[in-house]
Amino acid sequence: MFAYRTNFSDSLLDQFRRMEGELGELFGRDSWPAGIRSVAQGTYPPVNLGTTPEQVDVYLFAAGLDPKSLDISLQQNLLTISGERNGSAREDVNYYRKERFDDSFRRLITLPDDVDPEQVEARYRDGILQISVKRREASRPRQIEVK
Amino acid sequence: MENSNADKSEITARKSSEAGRPESEMTLRPPVDIFEDADGITLMADMPGVSSDRLNIEVDKDTLLVEGDARIDMPEGMDAVHADVRATRYRRSFVLSSELEAEKIDASLRDGVLNVRIPKRPEVRPRKIEVRVE
Repeated sequence: MFAYRTNFSDSLLDQFRRMEGELGELFGRDSWPAGIRSVAQGTYPPVNLGTTPEQVDVYLFAAGLDPKSLDISLQQNLLTISGERNGSAREDVNYYRKERFDDSFRRLITLPDDVDPEQVEARYRDGILQISVKRREASRPRQIEVK
Repeated sequence: MENSNADKSEITARKSSEAGRPESEMTLRPPVDIFEDADGITLMADMPGVSSDRLNIEVDKDTLLVEGDARIDMPEGMDAVHADVRATRYRRSFVLSSELEAEKIDASLRDGVLNVRIPKRPEVRPRKIEVRVE
């Protein structure tokens, strides 16, 4: 079961990498128009976004969050997630490396137009925040009968 | 530990890409905080998606290896629209020094944050030296 899942996600990611690489070669790194809300690589927290005909899933890779500090809202198809992860730094010790995020964050993500803001679910497990939004029935692919 | 040679993960990552290994073996380099107090060194690493049964911490001679597999719950047939994270395996290693007690390393994992405590040998912990007044 798990092996299947791993292969599945790897192949998805491979596809994505290949596609991005091809686009980069065709158009040059920076000439491809970027989404108006897209952010620089390395912005915290990293986000993955996937869709199926039934739903849209957003994954935030944000370890060590207090779910109570999270503020998630969905206005039509604009998802806003803000939260904070700070105050963990210690004064009485000698730091060698401080690479982990230590601040508040806010990310705005544009979802497909057909999401239903009334049907949202969010859960936090092992440091991944997963937000699932159902898509409207009407926009799902339908079989069209020929009379 | 602050010596850049101590962090081998960059070297490992470069080697594997040079060897032309399949990209699915690409690993993520978890961001870490490392700090020292009087009794030891603490390492904290962000590894979202990793649960304790998918985490592996090893000490081989003087090298501390931290690795883990992230589980991302994705429905079947999902299309990736956007992906900041494109691998599911975390891996990073560090060289320890001899005054640390590698056999007494303690690790815990909570909400994807790994916390590794490496104590110093008692004989190297700082002692307050009393000044006798005669």
